Amino acid sequence: MSEEQRPVEDWASDFDIFDPDYVKDPGPVWDELRSKCPIAHTERWGGAWMATRYDDLRELVRMVPELSSRSPVVVPLPPQMREEAIAEMKMYGTENPPITADPPEHKPYKQLILPFFTPTAVEGYRQFTENLAHELIDRIIDKGEGDAAEDYAQQIPPRVIAQMLGIDPGRGAEFTEWTRGVLEIGQTDPEARRKYRTIIRDFFAELITQRRAEPADDMISRLIAAEVEGKPLNDHTISGICFLLLVAGIDTTWSSIGSSLWHFAGHAEDRRRLAAEPELFPTAIEEMLRFYAPVMMARKVTAPVEIGDKALCPGDKMILNFPAGNRDPEVFDRPDEVVLDRERNRHVAFGLGIHRCAGSNLARMEMDVALRVWFERIPEFELSDPDAVTWAGGQVRGPRSVPVRFSVS
Amino acid sequence: MKIRVIEDNCQGHNRCKAIAPDLFDLDEIGNASAANDGVVPPGQEEMARLAVENCPEFAIEIIEE
Ligand code: HEM
Ligand code: SF4
Repeated sequence: MSEEQRPVEDWASDFDIFDPDYVKDPGPVWDELRSKCPIAHTERWGGAWMATRYDDLRELVRMVPELSSRSPVVVPLPPQMREEAIAEMKMYGTENPPITADPPEHKPYKQLILPFFTPTAVEGYRQFTENLAHELIDRIIDKGEGDAAEDYAQQIPPRVIAQMLGIDPGRGAEFTEWTRGVLEIGQTDPEARRKYRTIIRDFFAELITQRRAEPADDMISRLIAAEVEGKPLNDHTISGICFLLLVAGIDTTWSSIGSSLWHFAGHAEDRRRLAAEPELFPTAIEEMLRFYAPVMMARKVTAPVEIGDKALCPGDKMILNFPAGNRDPEVFDRPDEVVLDRERNRHVAFGLGIHRCAGSNLARMEMDVALRVWFERIPEFELSDPDAVTWAGGQVRGPRSVPVRFSVS
Repeated sequence: MKIRVIEDNCQGHNRCKAIAPDLFDLDEIGNASAANDGVVPPGQEEMARLAVENCPEFAIEIIEE
């Protein structure tokens, strides 16, 4: 892939979402693109457009069905895997509904999963999340140092979603490995993508067979019993939904918790303020979501459309850069500053329109618990080695290692 | 003051309910509607405005100031 990794000279016509400096701090590139070329283009990584202005994003999410969700990944599958995926789709229908489904297919699947993720439903997992957060802190607190990403942020989302789905939270580390395999490493390594995709599919196929024989009180059993348009779901579709619910909430939420802890470790003033004024948690969490929004999504163009001064053609890919929209000066005051008590915050970290993140209430609950427990137990902390911090980028951006030290009285 | 949720725009982000719990009801999939026929009790006008300005779908309208 060395060809793809040449240095970028012109971001407007040759952007690279994996450029290491961009992954570390994309803000300056977004500002430049928004003002000079809000719909940028690249031939790298399979070729794509990328939208960075808030209003353009709002317009693009409404261009349905011209912009299709059947391939929402920002880096397309290699040709052979794409053909396999198309063949499977012909046999069983959309792969991971609702995220890969377009109207009218999308709505019944979305409505099927939303009741599991309402604010009231996710509150049922707060105590589990809180106990988990305390256990994780117990393991590092006496050492005076730890990795806020690896030892903490990364450990929470896989176990919470496992608990919800009805699979063993004890296997959290494996679920994280699988998710990174398809979503992070798999972006630039097709073999890893294939390998982990098969592992996840096989895992759920076996589980569905078990639950069909012996239903339990869990989400998988309820999906087995459910009907869409009067028909029960086939096993391939159920495992596709479970696949989505497993991977969609892991990298993403872990990135948000990790970015927040990275921010507070490196910005002592904000950290002291939040520790002293816990009533700021609700606006502070929304501000973390705005400023460090981890997720970009993509659409496949299926009919000619225009956006700004650009004409999109069938077959093109369009990357929806929600994180860039969150720093649009047309919409946000002081967009490049973290303002913990920002009261007007219409950020789009969870996307917009019909594909709005189904797990947003869950992600917010997990962030709330993770940050409150950390601040309660470790109010004073700082980066122990700023150069050792690493970031992953692409579809999901967030810190992968955040070494911190702390003294606890 | 009176408010209303534009049903076709609401995607259930739940920002309104989190900010102004008394002014909104959520249905079983998490989409919002204005509580109390949209009538905002005196003293909650500022909360109503904040809900409007935090809804990412621009789905809440003030229909009477
Ligand atoms: C901070 C954490 C998270 C962020 C930033 C995030 C972001 C997003 C975004 C931007 C979308 C829109 C997709 C599109 O437009 O194509 C999305 C969709 C989705 N997310 Fe999340 N997500 C997060 C956590 C979660 C969690 C915890 C779950 C739980 C399983 C989840 C499940 C989903 C599902 C099922 C969809 C598809 C919805 C649809 O297509 O209608 N996400 N997410
Ligand atoms: S904030 Fe807007 S989109 Fe979200 S539930 Fe309320 S009205 Fe609906």
